[in-house]
Amino acid sequence: MDATVDVGVRHLGFVRKPDGWVTRLFDNKSFLVFLCLLPSMGLLVVFLTYPLGLGLWLSMTDTTIGQPGQFIGLDNFTDLMDDPVFWMSVTNTIFYTTVATVGKFALGLWLALLLNHHIPFKSFIRAIVLLPWIVPTVLSAIAWWWIYSPQFSIVSYVIVDVLHLRDTYINFLGTPWPARWSLIVANIWRGIPFVAITLLAGLQTISPSLYEAALLDGASGWQRFRRITVPLLMPILAVALTLSVLFTFSDFQLVYAITRGGPFNTTHLMATLAFQRAIPGAQLGEGAAIAVSMIPFLILATLVCFFGVGRRKWQQGEAND
Amino acid sequence: MTIARRDALALGTAALGMATVPILGARAAVDDVPTANVKQPEYKIEKGASLHVLRPAKFIEPDEVFWKSNTKKFTDATGIDVKVDFVSWEDLRPQLAVVANTGAGADVVISFGTDPHIYSSKLVELTDLADYLGAKYGGWYELSLLYGRKWKSKDWIGLPIGGGTGPTVYRKSWVNEAGYDKIPNDLNDFLTLCQKLQKNGHPFGMSLGHALGDANGFSEWLLWTHNAFVVDENGKIALDSKETIEALKYATELQKTMIGGTLTWNDAGNNQAYAAGQIGMTFNGVSIYYVLKNSPDPKLQAMAQDTYHQDTPYGLSKRRPQSAAPMNAMLFKHSKYPNAAKEYLRFMMEADQYGPWLSNCLGYWCQSLKAYSQMNFWKADPKLEPYSSAMDTPYYDGYKGPISAASAAVIANYTVVDMFASVVTGNATPEAAAKLAAKQAERYYKNA
Repeated sequence: MDATVDVGVRHLGFVRKPDGWVTRLFDNKSFLVFLCLLPSMGLLVVFLTYPLGLGLWLSMTDTTIGQPGQFIGLDNFTDLMDDPVFWMSVTNTIFYTTVATVGKFALGLWLALLLNHHIPFKSFIRAIVLLPWIVPTVLSAIAWWWIYSPQFSIVSYVIVDVLHLRDTYINFLGTPWPARWSLIVANIWRGIPFVAITLLAGLQTISPSLYEAALLDGASGWQRFRRITVPLLMPILAVALTLSVLFTFSDFQLVYAITRGGPFNTTHLMATLAFQRAIPGAQLGEGAAIAVSMIPFLILATLVCFFGVGRRKWQQGEAND
Repeated sequence: MTIARRDALALGTAALGMATVPILGARAAVDDVPTANVKQPEYKIEKGASLHVLRPAKFIEPDEVFWKSNTKKFTDATGIDVKVDFVSWEDLRPQLAVVANTGAGADVVISFGTDPHIYSSKLVELTDLADYLGAKYGGWYELSLLYGRKWKSKDWIGLPIGGGTGPTVYRKSWVNEAGYDKIPNDLNDFLTLCQKLQKNGHPFGMSLGHALGDANGFSEWLLWTHNAFVVDENGKIALDSKETIEALKYATELQKTMIGGTLTWNDAGNNQAYAAGQIGMTFNGVSIYYVLKNSPDPKLQAMAQDTYHQDTPYGLSKRRPQSAAPMNAMLFKHSKYPNAAKEYLRFMMEADQYGPWLSNCLGYWCQSLKAYSQMNFWKADPKLEPYSSAMDTPYYDGYKGPISAASAAVIANYTVVDMFASVVTGNATPEAAAKLAAKQAERYYKNA
């Protein structure tokens, strides 16, 4: 291109001036690459690196809302080590994530398998299945809060006033373990559509000819599931699992809207505790330290999902390394 | 009387803060506020002044309607444009923090009790204005002095606008049925009353869950009626005491008389249960009565008839063991128009503006200046009486220590609430819970 222009210019009788430094700069490929990357890098730095860096910095200061803090090293973290509420939030988060993820994947996979069959009103039903995922979480959380209300619960109403199976309304959220399980149920309800639709997309990429061949070989339903569906679904399962674990681990809205961490902090997750300490409690440094403590868990969970479930060996046998 | 579940749901929504009422006689002259003849401070208004004000969102319609019309009156009289933003309660403190830390934005922020103490270094002193208002309107209530002035000084950093309190709200017929003609002040008698109410199927109910206003207010009541407190006068932690242990034991007995599920209630929980006729007694702001009284439903009207208010039981306390959560105005140093801002605050606190605003809030806010207690509307409905002196109390969040960020953090983190909740549910011994809570409170006070 340059050469053609150059020839053309000479042909017209103009003498081309030597290239200015700007032109030379723009001719430089590395510079152009850098220039094109700049907008996205800028966005990442401003909206990701800076807040993350600031969070890390805050976690090592005693900043409160209203007063600039001083650097105090790892004091916030050593304080948290002695804090039973913090440790409860850690075990709650791990428990919540593990149980809810298992529940979401078991039910989501089941739903995906059902939806993969030819059923009447297929598209309509698929759209409906997505609803819990589409409804803003805060709204569905408020709905769950009413469902779990000790006075006005629809579940209790049906059991007590309609079916007469119990005398008193169920106290879903008043004691630690029922409260934890209630939150997990709400989280599973919300998470199923994501898993089901993602896995359904995966199922539809599996060629029907594989199943036909297996049928001809006399494979049973379970064998077809175990030997064809599961291995071919693994890559997308790994991605869905990673995302789902991350979402669940950092869940905030459901817990904050339904229990606010109560009764007596037994349902706090790390995210809700970090918020409570940092914003209403004004202890920005301590809140940041709790949030930062989530990072190693998140990295670990991601690695386990990716390298554990997403292993090619696991999917396709030893030979296919 | 039973109310269908659906009615209760609708009521609950209303109680969550969307109550609407007819606005009473809007522009009657205010002639029921006694004033002293005091020279009004003259603030030299800056040229081209305009103001930006943040204040908490309304819970009842007249609060906002009258605030806005008073502001308009100010603009008409002075030509100063005032932009008022009504910010939801949960967003207000983060917004305040941004205003304070960036030194930009609103000139005046009306937030809550402790906030001026957290940002005191960034505020313009309001001593001249507060002294003038105090002299003209019969003096400031004790709680106004505590929240308005710097700790142990006479320098005003905040201007308390008004506060709301939460006395006992009860169904008279059911309390009578239990053999009492009013709520006993003695704690053992009060427990007996609760036991009887429970036996008759109209139990007491009060939250020890994460309900910011109700649960903190209730646990403070439990402490103060037993002469227990979080910190002493010097800000030293005093929570792990034999008085606290007594309070914890008492709370455990009281909890047994309550309706199930109170630990899951948020601030609207007792409003809903009361309006559904499921509890016979609770501690609350005027909102329960307000919603019942203004409901078109005759069943709820009848309930309002039967609803009475009385100070929370005193126990060992000499004064009413209940604090109030006042709106507290502060003027930031970064404001370009401090004189205009002072003039605005003065204008809003004067009887011609403050009077109609206060009387139309019908007890939702209680005055911070004593003269306003003489207003006729307080006497028009005798049931409002316990609300009329909300600010007449020596008790505040973090009593008896200095007002600071630490006392606010203890409230926001439910430190005392969780101490009670873990004991009343049998998940901790009183001794262990008191030790743990004292340790947690210590962390916040250490940094303050």
